[in-house]
Amino acid sequence: MLMRYVIKRLLYMVPTLLLISLVSFAIVQLPPGDFLDSYIATLEAGGGDISAREVELLRQRYALDGNVVTQYFVWIGNVLQGDFGWSFQYQRPVSDVLWGRVGLTFLISLASMIFVYMVAFPIGIYSAVRKYSLGDYTFTFLGFLGLAIPNFLLALVLMYVSLTVFGQSVGGLFSPEFQDAPWSWAKLVDLLAHLWIPVIIIGTASTAGLIRVMRANLLDELNKPYVETARAKGLSEGRLLLRYPVRLALNPFVSQVGWELPALISGAAITSIVLNLPTTGPVLLTALKSQDMYLAGSFILILSVLTVIGTLISDLLLAWLDPRISYE
Amino acid sequence: MTAMDGTLQDKSPNAADPVLEVRGLSTHFALRQGVLKAVENISFTVKRGKTLCIVGESGSGKSVAARSILQIVPSPGKIVSGQMVLHRRRGSTIDLAALDPRSAKMRAVRGARISMIFQEPMSSLSPVHKIGFQIEESLVLHTNLDKPARRKRVLELLRQVEISEPEAAADRYPFEYSGGMRQRAMIAMALACEPDVLIADEPTTALDVTTQAEILDLIARLQADHGMGVMFITHDMGVVAEIADEVCVMFRGKVVEQGPVDNIFHAPEHPYTRMLIGTARKLEARAEAKPPFRAGASILMVEGLTKTFEKRTGFIRKTTVRTEAVKSASFTLRDGETLGIVGESGSGKTTLGQMILRTVEPTAGKVLYHGRAGGAVDVTALNREGMRDIYGDIRMVFQDPHNSLNPRMTVEQIIAEPLRNSGWSSSDSHARVKELLDLVGLPAQVMERYPHAFSGGQRQRIGIARALAPEPRIIVADEATSALDVSLRAQVLELLLSIQKRMSLSFLFISHDISVIRYFCDRVAVMRQGEIVEIGEVDQVCTTPQHGYTKALLSAVPHPNPRARRLATRHRYKTERTET
Repeated sequence: MLMRYVIKRLLYMVPTLLLISLVSFAIVQLPPGDFLDSYIATLEAGGGDISAREVELLRQRYALDGNVVTQYFVWIGNVLQGDFGWSFQYQRPVSDVLWGRVGLTFLISLASMIFVYMVAFPIGIYSAVRKYSLGDYTFTFLGFLGLAIPNFLLALVLMYVSLTVFGQSVGGLFSPEFQDAPWSWAKLVDLLAHLWIPVIIIGTASTAGLIRVMRANLLDELNKPYVETARAKGLSEGRLLLRYPVRLALNPFVSQVGWELPALISGAAITSIVLNLPTTGPVLLTALKSQDMYLAGSFILILSVLTVIGTLISDLLLAWLDPRISYE
Repeated sequence: MTAMDGTLQDKSPNAADPVLEVRGLSTHFALRQGVLKAVENISFTVKRGKTLCIVGESGSGKSVAARSILQIVPSPGKIVSGQMVLHRRRGSTIDLAALDPRSAKMRAVRGARISMIFQEPMSSLSPVHKIGFQIEESLVLHTNLDKPARRKRVLELLRQVEISEPEAAADRYPFEYSGGMRQRAMIAMALACEPDVLIADEPTTALDVTTQAEILDLIARLQADHGMGVMFITHDMGVVAEIADEVCVMFRGKVVEQGPVDNIFHAPEHPYTRMLIGTARKLEARAEAKPPFRAGASILMVEGLTKTFEKRTGFIRKTTVRTEAVKSASFTLRDGETLGIVGESGSGKTTLGQMILRTVEPTAGKVLYHGRAGGAVDVTALNREGMRDIYGDIRMVFQDPHNSLNPRMTVEQIIAEPLRNSGWSSSDSHARVKELLDLVGLPAQVMERYPHAFSGGQRQRIGIARALAPEPRIIVADEATSALDVSLRAQVLELLLSIQKRMSLSFLFISHDISVIRYFCDRVAVMRQGEIVEIGEVDQVCTTPQHGYTKALLSAVPHPNPRARRLATRHRYKTERTET
């Protein structure tokens, strides 16, 4: 039953992914002329030269002489094989620019998400169980503060604190000496030392939001009759809390994953610019500004696919958590 | 039935020994507006093998009293004084009131020595845990049984509460159970550790009468088997008469009268007790105020009304499940007549009412309405404009007085809404609202206030005033008195009777409660699984029912006379649907 649901859910993703690829392709096609025209223009403006043969090869490779439909199929065919096109800005294949950044973006988002859930979950429970206590009020106040402060401002404050108090190099995810070094143990440690600042900055608003969600969910559940039944059974308060109301309050909390993931990824853009992080946000922005359309289209494609995957994960988690969800 | 098959055993040497003695118990709630004395200085005794019924209306403190015993009173409630002495099997006693609510000692009593079952079988079980797990949990907490032994005991318990195929049933979730099955599972859970006292807080209120009868049977049989004391909380005097040994009547937090059931029913002393019994007895017969039924011209003819709900699944939305909520229902409502529609949950009675006003679109059939101008119109064929007139002539009164009034509108706005919709000026409608409030027995000053300021009974009056506003000819009342306390129910019925006398009104009165129908209606249609199985004059249907289901329904209604208990000898209607 569950297996069939998973398969069905995966099949439902196909039309969504198709639509995403169409939109991404439309973005690639947006500027007038094809990308080779702008490529030649950039090259010539830079004083470079390109042979007619080279142009012809590229033209064939991306089927630029064919109609739009052929071009789309050639493009998506290439994408499926890992060839995302050419970035004029970087003068490298898009995939070279892309993967390192997507990886780091994913790492930061994942770390932020773990941070968000680890912090929001216990605080949410505490706030609900000790409703209107001093602690609840404090967390509520801090939560709203977190929601209200723009990410970039928090970024600047943390950068300042980190530099003056810890004397740590700020900005970026690596210290200068590791910037282009190959992966090593020391580089990983350096990464972790840098990671906490963006994670806190990106996660604060989401944490504040999720605390409220968890608190409200749990408050709804705490007065449900099944809690009373469990109490009348002789269960201790702590076990009762975790086994029944918290378990039920988890559902909305989990379904949040679906839109928390894209929110974290897109919310990271401004922070990344301020902190000069080598993630996708800043690159996407400059790609859009400089009409580096293959790069921009590819980023949008990949981020959208991540969103779809996030929704899939949250749906599957929910189906696993709640037996009432019908698999039909 | 199985009570006499030899399993009757007395575990305690003295069956009628007190097992729980409550002395001078007071439970208060410190609220911002002051101290609410939910329970004030009450005393009673539960005896082994006997049933003590605590009876009272909403707000009487009966549920708080029950929760006080287990020390699970919701915050900010606190036991302020009193003793609750539990006599254990080996003879030692323990005062529960002296224990800390969170202490291990108190927890060892809960679910083991004293168990409790609750009103809402739907929400009293965790929706995401298997039935077997929830029953087993009590065993984990209070016994040293290992896993296989616990499983064995769970299956044994499910068998005891007559759940078929216990192996499969244990691994199901509550949402896969019917209401009656859930309540059985709750009882199994409560009995897991063979408690000395079972507290049942309105365990059958949310169930259909036939299911209620089954559950009452079950509790009585298990009580005989296990010799436990039962403390049964209810508002229904009929149930009290059927099952109680002793009765304790509560009113506003105090016990106003207590004694053996026969004394309470046949020699009641307190006026409140008399009122409760009087109201219950009154509903055993037709209203005296009711004029003899005379057949007028037909005003509403329902012909072959059918509703089929389709569940579509899959990619191409193929219809996989068809539910016939109402199967070709036909009846005629006459001018000035009250036609009752009685049936249990899922019988399609509500859908039938909704289709007449087309809040649910019928799949097939006609609703012919004879308007004031003469000539019949088919309501099901009217467009929006045509329905406007119908909405003025046929009005609805709903079940839930708390949710059927918009909380952001004043009483005046609520009642005047149908008037304003048909173009009344504000001064005209103001005068009319005043008149209507007077008609339903509310002072004109309440106009400015919002629904939250009123009690359930008052709100239902407001709902009735709203229905009466455009001078309708037909009122469709869907369980209009079901959410009200007994005394209020009687008042609202009296109100409807007096209004019907004054205005020429026809009622379509939908209810699950055949006593209310018998009291209030001229004719009755009995519905079962979407079909009208019997229709006729109320007296005839109630005294000489023709259909087996009607017989079963009538005999399952508890009789408010302990000397003439009838549930034990009731008629059972065998159905293809055996779960209850």
